[in-house]
Amino acid sequence: MKNNSPKIFKDAASALFDIKSGMTLMSGGFGLCGIAENCIDALTLIDVKDLTVVSNNIGNSGRGLVKILVQDKIKKAYCSYVGGNPDLEKRMLEKKIEVELVPQGTFSERIRAAGMGIRAFYTPTGYGTLIAEGKDVKMFDRPCILETALHADFAIIKAQKGDAFGNLWFKETARNFSPLMAMAAKITVVEVEELVEVGEIAPEDIHLPGIFVQRIFQGSNYKNDIEFLVTAKGDE
Amino acid sequence: MPWTNIEMADEVIKFFKPHSSVNLGIGMPTVIAERMPAELNIMIHSENGVLGVSGRPSANSVSPTLINAGKETVAIGLGASFFDSSLSFGMIRGGHIDYCVLGGMEVDAEKSLANWMVPGKKVTGMGGAMDLVNGSKQVIVMMNHFSKDGVSKLMKKCALPLTGFEVVDLVVTEMGVFKPTGSSFQVIKLAQGVSAQDLKMDEGLLTH
Repeated sequence: MKNNSPKIFKDAASALFDIKSGMTLMSGGFGLCGIAENCIDALTLIDVKDLTVVSNNIGNSGRGLVKILVQDKIKKAYCSYVGGNPDLEKRMLEKKIEVELVPQGTFSERIRAAGMGIRAFYTPTGYGTLIAEGKDVKMFDRPCILETALHADFAIIKAQKGDAFGNLWFKETARNFSPLMAMAAKITVVEVEELVEVGEIAPEDIHLPGIFVQRIFQGSNYKNDIEFLVTAKGDE
Repeated sequence: MPWTNIEMADEVIKFFKPHSSVNLGIGMPTVIAERMPAELNIMIHSENGVLGVSGRPSANSVSPTLINAGKETVAIGLGASFFDSSLSFGMIRGGHIDYCVLGGMEVDAEKSLANWMVPGKKVTGMGGAMDLVNGSKQVIVMMNHFSKDGVSKLMKKCALPLTGFEVVDLVVTEMGVFKPTGSSFQVIKLAQGVSAQDLKMDEGLLTH
């Protein structure tokens, strides 16, 4: 199945051949952990602009999505945290980019909702804060605000292992938003450290079933940067 | 003598019941993971998708894919599990996490917390804090008592944009332990040698 699967692509550039300006792009990863390094590098070379990007951090410390942020390819960003990303904070305060800060649990649930066919949901998160401004408030056991699903045209995610059907297995905390984004996007492009034979990942070990994946390729040259290396005392 | 960060962490730990679950925020609260006594059997949650954080890795067991929400490398203990962000926040919002400990810029007597932006100056974003303060069973703020200008960060009403409205159960600073009551801060405990005057708070804002 590996060789004749329509989902298998050669590399990031070929898998992103039809991404267009003005599209909405989801990008997995928490900080730099689990980001789609090959896809992001490919986007720096693709002529697109006015992207709406949905990503928890929009890169960090000059790395990850910051590479396309500094190319001014992003018009609007949805994220939960910009601390540690001075390039984004600066553009935000200068109003060069529109940023919608979304509480992280609401952020992940809005993405999950899109993938699950839920149009909107009520949550207590953000009640009584700036986040609630202009939103419908309804009293349940406590006051809650209405939040809507977040969809995307493309998602770029990375997994440790994947097969030709798109079944994925993530390593440790690299999973984060990636499976949710895969469900929420029309076209999900996955890069993997190991492209394995179908059947190699045991059915009960599959973290994301391949039905949510449209394209997959064997990635290369992973940096897997650590942002803050902290080790046990006496072991630095 | 005001407490050190380690002494503050130890004060927070005194409030934890054995066999409970705790989420630790970015910055100062991460010290708690390193001070947590093993016999408490507490599961430490980090919202990026891990339950069962256990201190720091040795230099030869560091993994770039095993981090906490502060993007620092961590280790895990027996019984740990990994999951996606939605399940992680389900644990939080669903009321399955017993305590969250997070840093703060301002806390007020009405139990509200501000810790995510200074309008026009600094924006870090709220990360998971808004979900944590609304979902955890108990919300503990661990922070410096005074701003850079020497003003008490425990105040009558927060001036900065709120992270959560009427959500804080306990505040631990280097000066002591305080419980916001709705109209004042009840002094639970002061660090040895610290007096009420040292707190630079209006007398009416404190109850003993």
